[in-house]
Amino acid sequence: MSGIDSQTSMNRAETGGLEVAYVRQELVPAIAPPINDSGVIGWMRKNLFSSIFNTALTLFSLYILYLTVPGIIKWVLTDAVWSGEDRLACATIAQGGALPDDWKAACWPYVGAYLKQFIYGRYPDAELWRVNLTLVMFFVGLVPMLMPSLPFKRENIIFMLGVFPVAAFVLLSGGNLDFNGFLLPDAIMAPSELKFWVDFLIVSLIICAGVGAYMNATDSDPKPAVILTAIAMGILALVLFVMSVDFGLTPVETDLWGGFVMTLVIAVTGIVAALPLGILLALGRRSDMPAVSLFSVIFIEFWRGVPLITVLFMSSVMLPLFLPDGVTFDKLLRALIGVALFSSAYMAEVVRGGLQALPKGQYEGAMAVGLNYWQSMRLIIMPQALKIVIPGIVNTFIGLFKDTTLVSIIGLLDFLGMINLSHSDSTWATPVQAMTSYVFCAFVFFLFCFGMSRYSIYMEDRLNTSHR
Amino acid sequence: MKNTIVSTLGVVALSVSALSASAATLDDVKAKGFVQCGVSQGLPGFSNPDSAGNWTGIDVDLCRGVAAAVFGDATKVKYTPLSAKERFTALQSGEVDVLSRNTTWTATRDTTLGLNFAGVNYYDGQGFMVRKDLGVKSALELSGASVCTNTGTTTELNVADYFASNKLEYEIVAFEKADEVVAAYDAGRCDVYTTDASGLYAQRLKLTNPADHTVLPEIISKEPLGPVVRQGDDQWFNLVKWTHYAMVNAEELGITSANADEMKGSENPAIKRVLGVDGEFGAALGVGNDWAYNIVKQVGNYGEVFNRNVGPDTPLAISRGTNALWTNGGLQYAPPIR
Amino acid sequence: MAVTDSPAGGSTVREKPKVKLLNDPKFRSIIFQIILVSFLVWIIWGMINNAAFNLQKAGIASGFGFLDTASGFGLNFSPFIDYTSSSSFLSVYWVGLQNTLVLAVIGIFFATIIGFLMGVARLSSNWVIRAIAYWYVEIMRNIPLLLQIFIWYKGVLATLPIAKNSIDLGAFGFLNTKGLFAPQFVFGEGSGMMGWALLIAIVITVVIGKWSKKRQMATGQRFPVFWTGLGLIIGLPLLMYFIMGQPVSTNYPTAGNFGPKGGMRVIPEFIALILALSLYTAAFIAEIVRAGILAVNKGQTEASYALGLRPGQTLRLNIIPQALRVIIPPLTSQYLNLTKNSSLAVAIAYPDLTAVFAGTALNQTGQAVEIIGMTMLTYLAISLVTSLFMNWYNAKMSLVER
Repeated sequence: MSGIDSQTSMNRAETGGLEVAYVRQELVPAIAPPINDSGVIGWMRKNLFSSIFNTALTLFSLYILYLTVPGIIKWVLTDAVWSGEDRLACATIAQGGALPDDWKAACWPYVGAYLKQFIYGRYPDAELWRVNLTLVMFFVGLVPMLMPSLPFKRENIIFMLGVFPVAAFVLLSGGNLDFNGFLLPDAIMAPSELKFWVDFLIVSLIICAGVGAYMNATDSDPKPAVILTAIAMGILALVLFVMSVDFGLTPVETDLWGGFVMTLVIAVTGIVAALPLGILLALGRRSDMPAVSLFSVIFIEFWRGVPLITVLFMSSVMLPLFLPDGVTFDKLLRALIGVALFSSAYMAEVVRGGLQALPKGQYEGAMAVGLNYWQSMRLIIMPQALKIVIPGIVNTFIGLFKDTTLVSIIGLLDFLGMINLSHSDSTWATPVQAMTSYVFCAFVFFLFCFGMSRYSIYMEDRLNTSHR
Repeated sequence: MKNTIVSTLGVVALSVSALSASAATLDDVKAKGFVQCGVSQGLPGFSNPDSAGNWTGIDVDLCRGVAAAVFGDATKVKYTPLSAKERFTALQSGEVDVLSRNTTWTATRDTTLGLNFAGVNYYDGQGFMVRKDLGVKSALELSGASVCTNTGTTTELNVADYFASNKLEYEIVAFEKADEVVAAYDAGRCDVYTTDASGLYAQRLKLTNPADHTVLPEIISKEPLGPVVRQGDDQWFNLVKWTHYAMVNAEELGITSANADEMKGSENPAIKRVLGVDGEFGAALGVGNDWAYNIVKQVGNYGEVFNRNVGPDTPLAISRGTNALWTNGGLQYAPPIR
Repeated sequence: MAVTDSPAGGSTVREKPKVKLLNDPKFRSIIFQIILVSFLVWIIWGMINNAAFNLQKAGIASGFGFLDTASGFGLNFSPFIDYTSSSSFLSVYWVGLQNTLVLAVIGIFFATIIGFLMGVARLSSNWVIRAIAYWYVEIMRNIPLLLQIFIWYKGVLATLPIAKNSIDLGAFGFLNTKGLFAPQFVFGEGSGMMGWALLIAIVITVVIGKWSKKRQMATGQRFPVFWTGLGLIIGLPLLMYFIMGQPVSTNYPTAGNFGPKGGMRVIPEFIALILALSLYTAAFIAEIVRAGILAVNKGQTEASYALGLRPGQTLRLNIIPQALRVIIPPLTSQYLNLTKNSSLAVAIAYPDLTAVFAGTALNQTGQAVEIIGMTMLTYLAISLVTSLFMNWYNAKMSLVER
């Protein structure tokens, strides 16, 4: 800037005394050629050494990298032990092994020996095919659902939300539930599977009749509504029936579940349960009805205001006290309830974001064509809002996926819980054991979470283009 | 699991109405076909799972004894590993039928938690373990030390009392899980590891170099460990209590799992009563008359259980000491079966 | 808890012009709300009833009487509150809350600094810096926090040498598995004057700042406020230090029976938590800062350059103040997250609120309902106060907007 200033003033001074004031007398001095900004050198000059300060920063960060990266590579790869039978393979001379005393690196054979437990927990060996089959079903259903270009989305979603959970439940736990009725007093009919179905039938009839009466009272045609309700109850009955059938699978207690599979079970169940709850809460929060919106606000803000670990403590310590005498929940189920309620609050806020992002015209348009509240929500608002919030849902899932590690604090043996448990086995006890397993765990979590966040960004870009 | 899900389905419908339906524990246990037993998350000698998930230990054997008494089959037990924190809630809420998890009998626990202690199956006391190279010979030299212990246990309270009354400075580091305490002590986070003396011997096996550590002579507390049941169900309370007493009586009378069958033919009226040849003691407890026979036959008498799990021939190598029969100068004393 | 359910089949109701009472939206909404409220009351009443029944049946004591009784256990970290094993359970609560807040405040301090640095670095024109910041953010936020805490605590700090073979950090004290033993400043008689000197220096700096701003407005001349202020704030107390005859001394840790003694001890649980919490949260703050800066229109930068401001000045005087308006709300919620995440201290035996109150105290008394309730309410109160502050701040900021 100062250069330009001085040049203009100089020009003025030079031309001041001359006759032809605004005609330049001599050639403008050639400007230096622009710095080469293509090629490797140019790129480096532009991005790394554009100024003294920048050069210093570059050199400093390169120095930091020089200090850390080779150490990490040595720890993870080159210095690491890759085979062995027990702790002696990874022990230094002072610890009774053969490695030099200043050796510090990963002990991978330990992870290899425990890999099965890290993945499946203590699930019985003979039944592992059931877990594998569940995982295969999960990924086979999930991958096409995540690819927007593939057809059959509706069938896919029905599979993932309807068929898969039931199948997974039966496969993992063994199914064969005992139902012994819940409605009629024992005096009328002794508890048995038959009584359950009788009870179920009675309840279904009452519900159908109620729906019919309501329709009648509002001057609507009761037939379609009653048929729909009956179909819904029929599907529920089918689901319950499949769960109660004895497929000859050995029952596997949830005590034996664990490892990465349990992490997946908690995260997936949590998100699947949280989505509908979250949608209802989001609608409730935007409702005109004061009681509904007040309840939703209190519910959402309560769960968002407390840490997940206290929620888990509550569900593991306090929930049993709130249940009727003699009713107990499985430890895993209690954790699942806590996780689902917790994430439904976050999900509600995500969905609310989507609802608010829709232009008001959409709501007004829906009303203008004569749709009632639930119709407009189902047909106009939700399909658009949910599409907008797909990245938000994925991000909530990433958060939930990471948060599942907290269940290890209340004694469930998820991936991290299993890893901590393996530290108490003296077969592989060395000072590097903890770090090795944590690095492995971190790597797995990073792969999954990073992958999901890339997917979320990809969806965001895709949705952006279609909206603007 | 099965019952859980049934309950889940009906829970909303039931949440108000089911207040009245409270069956006796023994009937529940008979109906579901197994005893749900709350145990530790892994304490060698007391309740510890092997790699195949089979549980062994003194506390486990008590549960097996109860199952033998109820079903005549010691294998009809399911185990719920519980942390120190969860254990009482799990029992209160009915998640487990009996808590057999090296739990110290104290007045507070007995009176305010709605629980009953059904006897003492191991007389313990709190001790200290230190590294040998510290050169500490007595707990009184521990001023300024860091002490690792389990949170939510009586040991945490005892150590505070002990250090305060002896005017010693200390730093307490309290972890949730026993394994974490051991790991922290092993890593040098603490100078001292304190828990029940039996626990010290058991956990020492998990250290990198067990031989580098020594247990100090001081025993600073009384820790009577025993099974716990819910208050207000006297029938079940009696059954658990007498399961333990049957084992002690059996040892006193010389009945072992090996000779239980031939002892049935014994002339000694006391033996006859224990083994159900005479009297109707089983019916009074609500189980079969051969309940004690089943316990001894399938699980063993107290001495066998002790020796098998923690005795001199096990890695723990604990001597009978205070846990010897009263006839041998110990504290194990059972009321007679008559 | 799915209680916001509509009456089944409501989705297929078709409105007709003829208005029946049941078809009147107002009436229906009232009926629906009555159903919802009575359902909620029923559930809550059932829960309370069950709890009362269960507690009574089990003979569990209830009420808050336990708060006055002596806790009987020790705690290893309480920087401001005097605590012994004969203190009450109520003081356990206060110590826990104090430890949570100490952890949160220090964690927030470091997280903010690292987060802003990384956020600006993400937008640096320097490729290496940009790449480092990118991978820092991605790695930190894609690894569960609990795992990071374990990595620092069990993977790094637990593998330090034991107390006997402490690492000597020279002037910074000793480092071993039992933590950092740093020298401690001992403020002797007369050091109070240094505090006053510091206070006076701060006041003068503020006054100078106001005056210089006024002068700059009036004359366009600038005054080096920063360097003057720094000089005052360091210089005045230092001057007082020598005037008062050097009242401050340092207490160096010395070797004791069980490792270093004396000085200021920082327990490893605290170090691990601060490292994990601040590095993890910093990754999220970095993204917020980046988004905030990107949200400022590019024209603002160009306009600043056109006015002749240098890049540093542009950032400081133009971009950051505008970006802050976008940054502050999500930043506050990150602070809140950090505070809530500090409850993970329970995993590694740092005596925070969750660990000592919802953990140890709960174990010792067995009064789950009261203790978990108090703990949750405390966290709720912290969230509520924070969001009230945030609303107030937002309102204040938006006034500046034109």
